[in-house]
Amino acid sequence: MMIRKIISAVFVGACGLAVVVALIPLAFVLFFVLSQGLQSLNLDFFLHNPRPVGETGGGMANAIVGTLILTTLAAAMAVPIGILSGVYLSEYRGSRFASAVRFAADTLNGVPSIVIGVFAYAVVVLPLGHFSTLAGGFALGVMMIPIIARTTEELLLLVPHTLREGALALGATRGRAVFTVIVPAALPGIITGVVLALARIAGETAPLLFTSFNNAFFSTSLTQPIASITVQVFTYAISPYEDWHRQAWAGALVLVAIVLICSMAARIAAARIVRIRGL
Amino acid sequence: MTINGAGATFPYPIYSKWFSEYNKLHPDVRINYQSIGSGGGIQQVTNRTVFFGATDGPMNEDQLKGAPGIMHFPTVLGAVVPVYNVAGVSELKFTGQALADIYLGKIKKWNDPALTKLNPGVKLPATDISVVHRSDGSGTTYIFVDYLSKISPQFKSDVGVSTSVKWPAGVGGKGNEGVSGLVTQTPGSIGYVELIYALQNKIPFGSVQNAAGEFVKASTDAVTKAAAAAAATIPEDFRVSITNAQGAGAYPISSFTWILLYQDPMDKRAGNAMVDFLKWALTDGQKYAPDLGYAPLPANVIMLEQAALDRIKVS
Amino acid sequence: MRSTDLRFRIGIGVFAAALLLIVVAIGITLANDSSLSLQRFGFRFWRTSNWDPVAGEFGALPFIWGTFYSSVLALAIATPVALGIAVFISELCPQALRAPLMFLTELLAAIPSIVYGLWGIFVLVPAVRAIEASMPEGLRALPLFSGPPFGVGMLAAALILAVMVVPFTSAVAREVLKTVPMTQREAAFALGATRFEAIRAAMFYARTGIIGAVMLGFGRALGETMAVTMVIGNNPQVSLSLFAPQYTMAAVIANEFTEAANALYLSALIEIGLVLFVITLLVNVLSRGLIWSMAPP
Repeated sequence: MMIRKIISAVFVGACGLAVVVALIPLAFVLFFVLSQGLQSLNLDFFLHNPRPVGETGGGMANAIVGTLILTTLAAAMAVPIGILSGVYLSEYRGSRFASAVRFAADTLNGVPSIVIGVFAYAVVVLPLGHFSTLAGGFALGVMMIPIIARTTEELLLLVPHTLREGALALGATRGRAVFTVIVPAALPGIITGVVLALARIAGETAPLLFTSFNNAFFSTSLTQPIASITVQVFTYAISPYEDWHRQAWAGALVLVAIVLICSMAARIAAARIVRIRGL
Repeated sequence: MTINGAGATFPYPIYSKWFSEYNKLHPDVRINYQSIGSGGGIQQVTNRTVFFGATDGPMNEDQLKGAPGIMHFPTVLGAVVPVYNVAGVSELKFTGQALADIYLGKIKKWNDPALTKLNPGVKLPATDISVVHRSDGSGTTYIFVDYLSKISPQFKSDVGVSTSVKWPAGVGGKGNEGVSGLVTQTPGSIGYVELIYALQNKIPFGSVQNAAGEFVKASTDAVTKAAAAAAATIPEDFRVSITNAQGAGAYPISSFTWILLYQDPMDKRAGNAMVDFLKWALTDGQKYAPDLGYAPLPANVIMLEQAALDRIKVS
Repeated sequence: MRSTDLRFRIGIGVFAAALLLIVVAIGITLANDSSLSLQRFGFRFWRTSNWDPVAGEFGALPFIWGTFYSSVLALAIATPVALGIAVFISELCPQALRAPLMFLTELLAAIPSIVYGLWGIFVLVPAVRAIEASMPEGLRALPLFSGPPFGVGMLAAALILAVMVVPFTSAVAREVLKTVPMTQREAAFALGATRFEAIRAAMFYARTGIIGAVMLGFGRALGETMAVTMVIGNNPQVSLSLFAPQYTMAAVIANEFTEAANALYLSALIEIGLVLFVITLLVNVLSRGLIWSMAPP
């Protein structure tokens, strides 16, 4: 009996250790990003564009704006397709078509981001003839669609049957019932899902490498290459210039901050909804 | 108007300076250059996904066929230097043969007799040589292997000359930036980069024996001497190799670097702007070169280029 | 069916079809654009190691090797940790700690790959280099540890992949463990089991799902690009050594795509992308099949 208790205690300890082991790299990464990034974060970083090699200073203003534009484009493309696909998946769960779409969504979720970049290159960059913001937004949008679709599907399934039945009893068509009652009931959760998906793709680099490429200047044009925080961090990280390394850490800090803020905002919003709705 | 270009990392420091200065003179012209390697520059300009390319390895016959009407315009002269990270060692001498053997994997340790013979006063450790090369298609690689292939027949047959070769050993860094980064961070390593990357990052680099038998350390002077002989007989399309140049004081691993433009560009406005830019770069722009470790072009080459630029159809 | 209902179904069905179409389009585009290389090399592409763009010879074996070696190593490190976390959070954890711990593991998953890569270059690689340099001569002779201490290489890549895989596998394993009916554990306790034994029973019950969770992590590791590219050393060689710089399928595409200077080269890279697509698809399908057999969607 004693032996079994010891084994059990050791096991419990091992699991606790696993948690600690996993959190160590997290602490490490956050520590370095914070300490190195904060040093280099100043007003210049947000307001100025990159300076030529060898000149210190300059910032990532164009890259920050670029990431904003790219994620907005991606959302514009992914939110309608994602949400409506999610609606279909939840409304017509049993049908073979829905199963096929669900399978496709899960597959797309698992496709490596570099492969999506190759796809976007073939489909947008080559026909257009050059790298562009549109291509980058397209690649990111393709990545967002399955995330939003599955999240929407799951949230819609959580909406109580009573709401649907009430709407139908009052004579609403299916479409009416879905769009005026069920979706609004799940809307806060859906928005949370969209925000989390945005945070996730804002941090993507690989699909942008040969779609939106990069731009040394400030640009908002959809048909020209555009800078992005992630690609800029990559370029700076593999360079030999100390000044660029510092800026890379600052860029990484901005990325982590975006992720953290979106994550926490989503959780707070979800908690409030649960409280308000009593779900 | 934004003009997109891509290519060599070798001249990136001076190009980024030029584009920034030119933009100050012409605020409506923004030349966006991404340094992705000469191989990338050639591919992108061939596919016309960028307006102009840049390369330190001139395009070969096959590549020229793929991009009909493409022209090469030399912009500056630069040097490829062997950089290293060996504790306590700042000055080293290399022969072309020694460098070839290191990169072939035949010389494996720093205290190999071939190296100690060349550097009698220097204490070389018994550590492994960590070889660093380029992982991407690179004109800097082209210049380096072009030189090594001229010196070592075995190198020529085993590795060959191109922007992207099959290295027998070592680790790949992305761009001149990547190689510099790897060498600074890896004790016992050796790499090859454009001169300015070694200077700006204060990485020690060695002198190389030239065709006249002297050990020459790269400098704008030594590079200019290397170009002097070739300048008089430069071919009409400006594609020429000046590695292992004859003449006293010439640095053996020197090269022109070129911008690639179509003779008949689809976007005439952009073509006009690029021609104007190049004319500026060939005259006023040259004064920025020495500070950044590049050598200005010989006068007769500039004259020939001005004439060639006039052949570009901009209207 | 009422016509408005039909119009509704078709109306949103179009968007759902778009999703399906995109996936099919990816497969077709990849297959189409790699046809040049597929025809020229056939299966030789995957059996030979000679990646020589100069000579037009493309043997992609090193990339498959590098991808699988790094992912398997990562899995070996990550799986015990991930399962430990999953078990801790779902079975052993005091209620108060549960939410913060879940938040922290989600944070681990949410950190962008490029940030891991940046940290990898400046923190992990020097640390690994120090470890490699301090290896005793005797161990150095083994093929597993041979080669100069670059720092960048298979070990650094496997470590960073492990860190990135842990939160994935752990989150899915947690979900799977949630589906184990309480009755299983209660029965175990009723029979006098220790905590370990009860959990072991639950895990045994959930074994297919857990294997699915592990495979999902594997799929994640296979496709990871940026963090790996920045620390693996970019050398297309097949090597057992943890110290050797190697290459993965995703990394070679990221590094060489913009400079594939001819149609064959580009086609070869796209073929690598195609295979990566197919492999990750298979792994994901398999893992989801395993998970759904336990916890249907």
